[in-house]
Amino acid sequence: MSVIKVPEADAAGWKCDTCNAELEQLPVELEYLDSLFNVELPVCPKCDMVLIPENLALGKMNQVEHLLEDK
Amino acid sequence: MEQAELRKWEHKCIQEETPQCTAACPLHVDARTFCSLMGQRRWDKAWSVLARTLPLPGVLARLCDAPCRNECVRKDAGGGIEIGLLERFCADNAKPVPPPRPLPSRGKSTAVLGGDLAGLCATWELARRGFDVTLYCTTPGKDLLGLPQATLPEGVLERELENLAKLGAKIESDRAVDEALLNTALEEKDAVFLASDALAEALSDLGDPDELTLGTGRSGLFAAPRGETSPILKAAAGRRAANSMERFTQGVSLVANRELEGPYKTRLYTNIAGEEPAPPVIPDGGYNEVEARDEAKRCLQCECMECVKNCEYLKHFKSYPKVYVRQIYNNESIVMGTRQANTMINSCMLCGLCKEICPEDFPMAEVCLQARRTLVDTGTMPPSAHEFALRDMAFANGPKAALVRHAPGEDSSEYVFFPGCQLTASDPENVEAAYADLRKRLGKVGLMLLCCSAPAEWSGRQALMNEAMDDIKQQWKALGSPRIIVSCPTCLKTLRQGLPEAEVSSHWSLFRALGLPESAAGQNTSLAINDPCAARHDTVLLEDVRDLLEQLGVSVVEPKLSGQYTECCGYGGLLDSANPELGKAVRERRSKAAEEDFVTYCAMCRDMLAKTGKHALHFYDLLYPGRENAGARPSPGYSARRENRARLKEKLLADLWREAGQAEKAPFESVAVEFTETALQNMEERRILKGDVQKVLLQTQKTGKRFVHKETGHFLASHRPVIVTYWVEYEEKNGGFLVHNTWSHRMHVRGAGS
Ligand code: SF4
Ligand code: SF4
Ligand code: SF4
Ligand SMILES: [Zn+2]
Repeated sequence: MSVIKVPEADAAGWKCDTCNAELEQLPVELEYLDSLFNVELPVCPKCDMVLIPENLALGKMNQVEHLLEDK
Repeated sequence: MEQAELRKWEHKCIQEETPQCTAACPLHVDARTFCSLMGQRRWDKAWSVLARTLPLPGVLARLCDAPCRNECVRKDAGGGIEIGLLERFCADNAKPVPPPRPLPSRGKSTAVLGGDLAGLCATWELARRGFDVTLYCTTPGKDLLGLPQATLPEGVLERELENLAKLGAKIESDRAVDEALLNTALEEKDAVFLASDALAEALSDLGDPDELTLGTGRSGLFAAPRGETSPILKAAAGRRAANSMERFTQGVSLVANRELEGPYKTRLYTNIAGEEPAPPVIPDGGYNEVEARDEAKRCLQCECMECVKNCEYLKHFKSYPKVYVRQIYNNESIVMGTRQANTMINSCMLCGLCKEICPEDFPMAEVCLQARRTLVDTGTMPPSAHEFALRDMAFANGPKAALVRHAPGEDSSEYVFFPGCQLTASDPENVEAAYADLRKRLGKVGLMLLCCSAPAEWSGRQALMNEAMDDIKQQWKALGSPRIIVSCPTCLKTLRQGLPEAEVSSHWSLFRALGLPESAAGQNTSLAINDPCAARHDTVLLEDVRDLLEQLGVSVVEPKLSGQYTECCGYGGLLDSANPELGKAVRERRSKAAEEDFVTYCAMCRDMLAKTGKHALHFYDLLYPGRENAGARPSPGYSARRENRARLKEKLLADLWREAGQAEKAPFESVAVEFTETALQNMEERRILKGDVQKVLLQTQKTGKRFVHKETGHFLASHRPVIVTYWVEYEEKNGGFLVHNTWSHRMHVRGAGS
């Protein structure tokens, strides 16, 4: 599966508080209604915690959710 | 939806039926499009509309006696459109167009005998359909030669005769049209049209042609009706003959399906109630450009669209029910691919207004509810559409909010008060007041704080609906099957349908019987009444509330859409859940239906109107006053609605039944949290509850997992209690949390693949 890049996946200013680590853009597996995607998202390289920024959740992600719901 | 059902619904919506002018025109000219183009001064385009339908357009457009005018819908608003004069102007001013391209040759040969207008038009029609056709006559267009120059300018007939030749017709003029010629023609040709009255009269055995087919006693011979003087009817006879000759040469029925050939009655309905009367523009000579445009602009561009004009939802999807029902049908047939009609299906308020307004009673609500049930049954209902509303219903029927009791100190109930889950959410004080009033006057009145299960019905989930209704039934029976007193019109309707064995009475009828409560304050104001859509068919209810308002001294203002024709507030059918943006547009529209403050008798209508900033009272506000400026009370947010229900239950248990304490609190409920204005606004818009946020905060407290912002120092944490993942941006403050922002998504983060 190829990795999708989205410009909204920008988490400037945030870092992992738990590990005190800078976030990196890494492939993340997302799932909705039996569909799987690999998307490059800000992730803590130490503990793998993924950040979904507000404009990604309300924008692109929301669109895709609706699209999948209508499939 | 079965295909037969689709056809039935499609037939019911008459929006695509022919306009009156076109139906009345013997040749069915598209006068509506013609007028539209003339109204834009696009003469050339307008001309091509005429030339598409009229044979010898240069001649006929100038001669037509316009029988359409008598049927034109404009006739009752100033006078029928002067299509005849407009056609004339167009013929004089537009660039002529070449004749249509004939169809490929059929290898059939025909003859037309007699060169008057009927003969010329039949020749035109036959040539255009790919027949080999010869016109025999002394002089083509003989009946037109005496016309004044002003009516038929020189050269017009000649040009159309050239066009006839271009179409491939042969014209044999200077021929005596007699019986010998007829006999030869009948022998040599596949079909013959006789357009000479003189010869027809000479043939004693011929008789009058058949009205429908223009057929005669002789096989293959068709004849024009004798003595016709109207040019357009002559042309129509020519076309009718050509149609018959086509059928005759094909060997198919001469009579089947010809009802729509001549003028006919159309089912199209056009409402002219709001139309300013405007008299026709009739010039001394012919029109000038401005006059022609103005006359054409009087055309109403007839269509129905009655339902669309009155429903924001139907308008929003940019079409009309005939098209929508087709889209729904197609939606259901999709196996792989996108069901594009889902949002449309889930956005109807199921309010029933369209059916009241439609001249054919088209019930969009029925179609959409059925379609929702199908989506649910086939497992294709979008999960997010109704989830929030159904969660709310579950909460109202759950341990925190539901309460079913006999009156305090009683062990039986003669009545039970059912205030409905939205009044409980919006205005718990008035629930208390109404319940106290009922007990004072009627004694043994029990209480049922439950949802009537309308949301389940609206969402298309019949099984859930039945289950919820069953629960209500059990609890009602456990109370001893008392008479149910209901004030919410949706609860009234739903309970009457779902509990036919119960006696369900309207609180408003009861007030009429028992009198207003002592607390009721006399009013000296005008209020606009907002009937909830569930009250539309309840004539008793509609009358009760008006009578009560009058008793209170309120002068009632009726909005344009009221009573049987009332508009939905935007909550009905769970629109607000499935399509919040459209829900907002609907309530904004309704809020503008009256200048005055509103009074209504549905808590949801009240809150929807209040959300727009419009002042709106619940009727109980007049009966149990106690609040300053009740009309301006804001609609409580989603979290507050839940808290109101829970608190009401606790309060009633403590005050009336002397029972302390609720079931113990879940741990997340003790998380101390405050919100910024932005956070509160976003929560309302994004339908995120205080409890959802508390769950995230509790989770991050436990795990210590969170992000931190390098500049603001804000923390960011997320949690997925069930399906939705919630994100909370917050700071720690005074031992609690101050939430700055929150958002959510449904997509599940399975993990980083490192
Ligand atoms: S108003 Fe226009 S569209 Fe309607 S019947 Fe008259 S000409 Fe036709
Ligand atoms: S919202 Fe009401 S008026 Fe509009 S289509 Fe649905 S039922 Fe008809
Ligand atoms: S009111 Fe609406 S549904 Fe009824 S015929 Fe007109 S366009 Fe069709
Ligand atoms: Zn980390």
